[in-house]
Amino acid sequence: MQHTSTQDTLVGLFVAAGIAGLFFLALKVSNLSSLTEKDSYTLIARFENSGGLKVKSPVSAAGVKIGQVSSISLDTKTYESVVKMSINSQYNAIPNDTTASVFTAGLLGEQYVSLEPGGSEEFLKNNEAIEITQSAIILEKAIGQFLFKSAEEKK
Amino acid sequence: MIELLAHLGKSTRASFSKLGRATFFLLQCLAGIGSVLPRPRLLLNQLYSVGVLSFLIISISGLFVGMVLGLQGFYILSDFGAEETLGVMVAASLVRELGPVVSALLFAGRAGSALTAEIGLMKATEQLSGMEMMAVDPIKRIISPRFLAGFLSMPLLTALFSVIGIIGGQIVGSGLLGVDEGGYWSQMQAKLDFHDDIINGVIKSVVFGFITSWIALFEGYDAVPTSEGISRATTRTVVNSAFSILGLDFILTALMFGDD
Repeated sequence: MQHTSTQDTLVGLFVAAGIAGLFFLALKVSNLSSLTEKDSYTLIARFENSGGLKVKSPVSAAGVKIGQVSSISLDTKTYESVVKMSINSQYNAIPNDTTASVFTAGLLGEQYVSLEPGGSEEFLKNNEAIEITQSAIILEKAIGQFLFKSAEEKK
Repeated sequence: MIELLAHLGKSTRASFSKLGRATFFLLQCLAGIGSVLPRPRLLLNQLYSVGVLSFLIISISGLFVGMVLGLQGFYILSDFGAEETLGVMVAASLVRELGPVVSALLFAGRAGSALTAEIGLMKATEQLSGMEMMAVDPIKRIISPRFLAGFLSMPLLTALFSVIGIIGGQIVGSGLLGVDEGGYWSQMQAKLDFHDDIINGVIKSVVFGFITSWIALFEGYDAVPTSEGISRATTRTVVNSAFSILGLDFILTALMFGDD
């Protein structure tokens, strides 16, 4: 078997290109870079109905993404949906009278938590709960109510 | 009737004994990997013939697969006014399914058939028995380096296939059809998960590399040492690899993406 230095170089190039490809996939294509770089703290919000909210749904304030939903569970005593959100620690000045609402991005878009800051001087700390919440608008419910109402008016 | 039963029994026994031989062969082959490591030159030669020489077909196919995905995806997504999500569609389908599967199929056709023919011919020309006469273990010297090379090059080839495909999709999408380039990449980054998508794709390609190399080498090693036997073995390599790749892909997909 003959081996030349060209062959070595080509194998080297091939392996390097393959590894570079894997790095490209990891950093440029997937969300790895946005996940690992920041540390975060947790806020809790209790919703009557969290609708189509999912783990990893965005949490935003004034349209800027500041974190993501880390877990959703049901409180078996109050039958509320307990949503835990991990917020990037650079946004550590969220007033304790903030309102959390579940909104839908566009008509068919995904659901997200929107935080609307209040005027309080005291800020929420790790693992504290947001008191004022507004549930997801369930489209079927709203349409049902609308139809019911227009039927009432016709009578 | 009795003859038919006898024939059935015979062929069942034959296929089980083949499976047994294949398993035994795999174990020998894995045991031989340890003796490859002190001689990296053997591995390097095989990485060249299995990996580097497959690179051209993989990259060209990747480019065209990506471009077709970009084109087809654009026509469907533009009906919903969602052209921006073209990047997600191209990248997700490449990284999750098409990258591992198509590059494994190409790898089986390009490198697997060559391996079978090479080993089969070595057997037919009694090079393997010659080595045994010289107290050189052909498994350690011939089979294990090739197995390891196939196993290592497959994930690299798959990664390159996916990357080139994604770039091909971008060329068609934002170059020809006018999808916003920033949207193409940012939606892709937002929707593709490193662990769920990329790592699972790599796991798939490792499994496929393992299975294709195993089938190719075993068929060559087990071939009837005549010219007809080698041609049949080569055909079996490609056919069996394709079946195993597609079947395993279904199982792996069900395992990886089933629970969410």
